[in-house]
Amino acid sequence: MSADISLRKGLSIPLKGEATKDLKTSKTSDNFTLYPDDFHGVVPKMHVKEGEKVSLGQPVFFSKANPEMQFVSPVSGTLSKIVRGAKRRILEIQLKSDGKDKAVKHKIPALDKLSDVDVKSHLLASGCWPFIKQRPYDVIANPDSTPKGVFISGFNSAPLAADVAFLLEQQQEDFQNGINVLATLAPKVHLSISADDTSFLSGVSGVEIHRVKGIHPAGNVGVQVHHIDPINAGETAWVVNPEDVASIGRLFTTGVFDPQRTLAVAGPVVTKPSYYKTRIGAAIAPLLDDAGVSASGQVRIINGDALSGATTHADGSVGFYNNTLTVLAEGNHFRMFGWLPFAGSKIFSMSRTSLSWLLPKRKYALDTNMNGEERALVVTGEMEQVLPMDIFPMQLLKECMAQNIEKMEGLGIYEVAPEDFALVDYASTSKIEAQAIIRDALDLMIKEVG
Amino acid sequence: MKLRERIDAIKKPFGKGQKFERFAPAVNAFDTFLFVPNHTTHKGAHIRDGVDLKRTMVTVIVALLPAFIYGVYNTGYQYFIQSGIAFTFWDALLHGALKIMPMVAVSYGVGLAIEFAFAVYRGHEVNEGYLVTGLLIPMIMPVDIPLWMVGLSVAFAVLIAKEAFGGTGMNILNPALTARAFAFFAYPTYMSGNKVWVSEASNVDGISGETVLGSLAAGNDVSYSMFDMFMGAIPGSIAETSTLWVLVGAAILILTGVGSWRIMVGGVLGAAATAFLFNLWGANALMSFDWMNHLIVGGFAFGIVFMATDPVSAAQTTKGKWIYGILVGLFCMLIRVFNPAYPEGVMLAILLMNVFAPTIDHYVVEGNIKRRKKRLNVTLTPAS
Repeated sequence: MSADISLRKGLSIPLKGEATKDLKTSKTSDNFTLYPDDFHGVVPKMHVKEGEKVSLGQPVFFSKANPEMQFVSPVSGTLSKIVRGAKRRILEIQLKSDGKDKAVKHKIPALDKLSDVDVKSHLLASGCWPFIKQRPYDVIANPDSTPKGVFISGFNSAPLAADVAFLLEQQQEDFQNGINVLATLAPKVHLSISADDTSFLSGVSGVEIHRVKGIHPAGNVGVQVHHIDPINAGETAWVVNPEDVASIGRLFTTGVFDPQRTLAVAGPVVTKPSYYKTRIGAAIAPLLDDAGVSASGQVRIINGDALSGATTHADGSVGFYNNTLTVLAEGNHFRMFGWLPFAGSKIFSMSRTSLSWLLPKRKYALDTNMNGEERALVVTGEMEQVLPMDIFPMQLLKECMAQNIEKMEGLGIYEVAPEDFALVDYASTSKIEAQAIIRDALDLMIKEVG
Repeated sequence: MKLRERIDAIKKPFGKGQKFERFAPAVNAFDTFLFVPNHTTHKGAHIRDGVDLKRTMVTVIVALLPAFIYGVYNTGYQYFIQSGIAFTFWDALLHGALKIMPMVAVSYGVGLAIEFAFAVYRGHEVNEGYLVTGLLIPMIMPVDIPLWMVGLSVAFAVLIAKEAFGGTGMNILNPALTARAFAFFAYPTYMSGNKVWVSEASNVDGISGETVLGSLAAGNDVSYSMFDMFMGAIPGSIAETSTLWVLVGAAILILTGVGSWRIMVGGVLGAAATAFLFNLWGANALMSFDWMNHLIVGGFAFGIVFMATDPVSAAQTTKGKWIYGILVGLFCMLIRVFNPAYPEGVMLAILLMNVFAPTIDHYVVEGNIKRRKKRLNVTLTPAS
């Protein structure tokens, strides 16, 4: 198959523990949790108090800045606890399921008779709106903006990330319906698929299909937008995860907010890595029980992939945007003379200072060790090697640190999201926290430019 | 892990809130030399590449070693050949080692002392950059230079070229070349002429030796074959003479991805093209010196492989690296040919381009910004 977009830069990290394509349903616990931190920049205002009953799809909280934007419950039951942190910031909203799944039913509108305003308000009221995120800034889309397009990445390239075609195998129709809904919101819907894709995705209608060839981060939607139709100052692009497109589709056929999630539980210390059918906010403990964790020491449980996911813990829950749960061993051990180059092949490195490059097919059980300490920026060229965009990553990061807004605009801050810089974190010899720098810079832009 | 426990016990008084917290960077430098620390990721990517600055810098040292060892041998070889004493390979190596190891010790001693002091003063960890600089400085000095001059040059380079600009990663000039330039201009009689390039030449009358470029500049004939010049059995700064072993180092740097091949290739292209044009012109001895020989004599090969590729002082953008490399080669030949006072042009060529590297990068980056602006203007005013 020919590719419309061919990317040579990037890095595919050979991490052990890929999920086998076998969809399981595990026991679910009746504990569910919502994390307002999943929604960057949203200040939650509660609708429901501790101890009150909720139905599936009933708004639990809304955004302070945009009261129309509702965040709904993934189960019916009671709101058992609101966990607050410093300055009474809400960290967790814990729900206890009653197992009945009594759902809030919305009217099923006929799509062809709806204006984009109606679709927007329906998505906002039903709790589906947060599925739509925007570039620039990598936050929930502003419903008042008009996007230049909706972009969907039909493949994941991050290490151990869920296989999109497999996720959607049983939701093909819902996916198509979701596309039809999104098509009312923007002049164009773009779907990027892998160059060698042979799944149903290549036959989806109502979208412009782009075949993308390349290794990670070629599957990042931001990288695809950059090559399809780059974002200029003042423009917005909306992005939606593939399974969330199917959820939006189901809202318009069943009238119910569907919190269904297909989750790849993967990682080097997972005994039987596989896919699970679960839902947003479900406790992950039963999943990990079923998949099995083989590590003897501490482990790191990550909501998302190993490069840009969020740390959670054994009592945590499935995040709002996740299709991957990664488990790694904690790397809190010392390595004697571990910096010696050419001393072994066990250490994976994109530089050829480890003999690992002689074994291109080997998979590695990487852990969370930093493999060194933070240092001044010395080595050049490595960031460029892993960022397949027409952007100077080191220069952009330096301007971000200096908070020079004009230069940040000039160097393309509107086109990037933290996840696009995840490999820069990974590859940096000086152990720079590029994702954090980009996130802070985007927040500064929201404040200063809006 | 007994050793580990002992180290942790030693480090205790240097911990957070403890009595000697200020001096922690100095202790950490030794600790992290023994052990890669147990630090784990806290934000950002949860997994990190196996490479760190220590690994990178040690790789550069590995790449330097072939040229260094040959330089040690050549020091002895030149001495014994000149003085007419029969010798073996090991005699030559030993003679060279006795001459050069004290220089290395002085270079590391003085340089690291300053680095440690600044790390403690500024409260950051000791950066590994000096591991390379400290070895490079003796490698590019004439063998007969007094040790105190080595020490003084090192101090000048680290203080003025590096720490005054903010330390590792901030310097404009390559510190090792700055050390050499300092010695060159402060003590010219020890850095040029025919009495400095061969061991003991300054003490023993019978011994003398000029570099190839020196003799050419003085209008003399060159008695060395191209093979000698390539292998390195000629007088010169300690480790610069052997193009063969420099190329081995270049191969290590390029293969590991630690050194920029763009700068190296650009430099060779720039120098070859310039030297070739001068060959056609041929107005003086250095101009008509064969362009291929220009690439293998003097410090050109060593400079372009190990000094011009210093990532901090070189251009940092991909396009910039090409321009920078080509210009280093070009200026090296220009200085060699047009200025007989400095027959070796590579030191000044690299230092000059170090100064211009930020400007080159500026225009490359500015091009990216302009492209983005242009795209914006096109969208704002669609063709009607």
